[in-house]
Amino acid sequence: MTRLGTVSLFVLCTLLASPAGGQDAAPPGRITVFAAASLSDAFRELAQGEPVRFNFAGSQQLALQLEQGARADVFASSDQRWMDYVLEKKLAGGEPRVFAHNVLVVIVPKTNPGRIHRLEDLAKRGVKLVVGAEAVPVGKYTREAIENLANQPGFPLEYSSKVLGNVVSQEENVKSVVAKVQLGEADAGFVYWSDVTREVSRYLTVLEIPKDANVLASYPIVVVAGGDTAAARSFVDRVTGAEGKRVLAKHGLIPAGSTP
Amino acid sequence: MKSARRDRIGPVAAAVAAGTLVAFLGLPIAALVIRVPPGDLLRRLADPVLLDALRLSLLTSIAATAVVAVLGLPVAWLLATRDFPGKRLLEVLIDLPMVLPPTVAGVGLLMAFGRNGLAGGALGTMGLSIPFTTLAVVVAQVFVAAPFFISATRAGLSEVDPRYLDAAATLRASPTRTLLRVMLPLALPSLVAGAAMTWARALGEFGATITFAGNMPGVTQTMPLAVYIALQSDLDASVAMSVLLLALSLGVLFAIRIAAPGVSPLSRRARPARS
Repeated sequence: MTRLGTVSLFVLCTLLASPAGGQDAAPPGRITVFAAASLSDAFRELAQGEPVRFNFAGSQQLALQLEQGARADVFASSDQRWMDYVLEKKLAGGEPRVFAHNVLVVIVPKTNPGRIHRLEDLAKRGVKLVVGAEAVPVGKYTREAIENLANQPGFPLEYSSKVLGNVVSQEENVKSVVAKVQLGEADAGFVYWSDVTREVSRYLTVLEIPKDANVLASYPIVVVAGGDTAAARSFVDRVTGAEGKRVLAKHGLIPAGSTP
Repeated sequence: MKSARRDRIGPVAAAVAAGTLVAFLGLPIAALVIRVPPGDLLRRLADPVLLDALRLSLLTSIAATAVVAVLGLPVAWLLATRDFPGKRLLEVLIDLPMVLPPTVAGVGLLMAFGRNGLAGGALGTMGLSIPFTTLAVVVAQVFVAAPFFISATRAGLSEVDPRYLDAAATLRASPTRTLLRVMLPLALPSLVAGAAMTWARALGEFGATITFAGNMPGVTQTMPLAVYIALQSDLDASVAMSVLLLALSLGVLFAIRIAAPGVSPLSRRARPARS
């Protein structure tokens, strides 16, 4: 009885400890891709019918998971900072390539509870603004864009401190920002243009940020050290190739090499 | 001889299991404490982010405990002393937050008390918008922590020896007077233990808070949220805050053991709980 108990405990532990619930038994060529949350729709379409497992989250979280020993074959970040972090920790198995860009927009619920019609309105007292946390790529880009807007002609004095003073929550990934605005709980939020997907666009109004005040987010991708390199490289090639460009563009991203 | 050997297997197995469990539970705690040198820890305790989060955590968890005590005591008394239709349903409803994943609680709170939630319109006409405020943090904490106070208090109240209640009734004490002068003093250790558990659960609340209240330093970023957010940028700060929370949690548990060792001597002679 005791021996049976020990054996079954051992078997249970082995099963639970194999990465992502039994990856060892997976067919060869099956890869795991860690990608920024803002890439979820484009990457899911790109991998349709392929044996690819995804982990979508804030890039900062993915980089930390990799550092803590999470198994992955490909890492796609939404900024250079967290790709550099992964390179610095010697977790990359090759040279990263920038494959896409993104721009920021401001989203407002269709019901527009904060009566926001122009970007200047974000500085109005009492506006509930939701942004990404500083460590999250979109949070860093958002702060840059707000600084840029403050220097635009026609924007009110102390625009950036007023807007940042209206922040009611700093979310841990861009999709949480979308959710809080989509629910109508926040009056506005800064997200990527590609986050305004067909599913959420019926709840949202988009305010575009002028080109000279916007930021250009860059997405680098790399094969992870020790990853299943053949299959991983072929996935990276697909993302950076013609099919990748088409699918990325379809989902609101700007494929690298094309003019933004 | 054989039976003597068999007698030894039980204790040995228990000792091995206990040793494994102690190592398993103790190692993460030890790892946290070892990671930060004491001097570094003290310096980090002065970090404004930590102080903001600590102040907010103490304020909200104490407020939540007070709300739970005021609303929970009558409910616990009702459950301990009365039978009524729908009692089982009420019991399940009260216990539910204990087993419900906190993020589900957070989504539920948004759907109920959010600006567009079921009760959001009514709250809005009163000029109240709860999400993203410190009030939202308290609401989330009350929701997840209330069961701990209610169940402990209920158990304490129902363990009061009925003979005391009979005596009080003979002396024509009203139910309220009986509750305040007889039951509460006798059940006080259970109440204190329940309140302490509620406070500790409120202090540790994470999932419902980040979902319903968001994350804003000084407004809704409590210690657990600060630990999680700092983990993504400053690991050492995160560990320092974890150690502080660990110390607070340990403090609560020891305080309960010292302040309320078991139950009061009078109720120990009590018959099994009435229901």
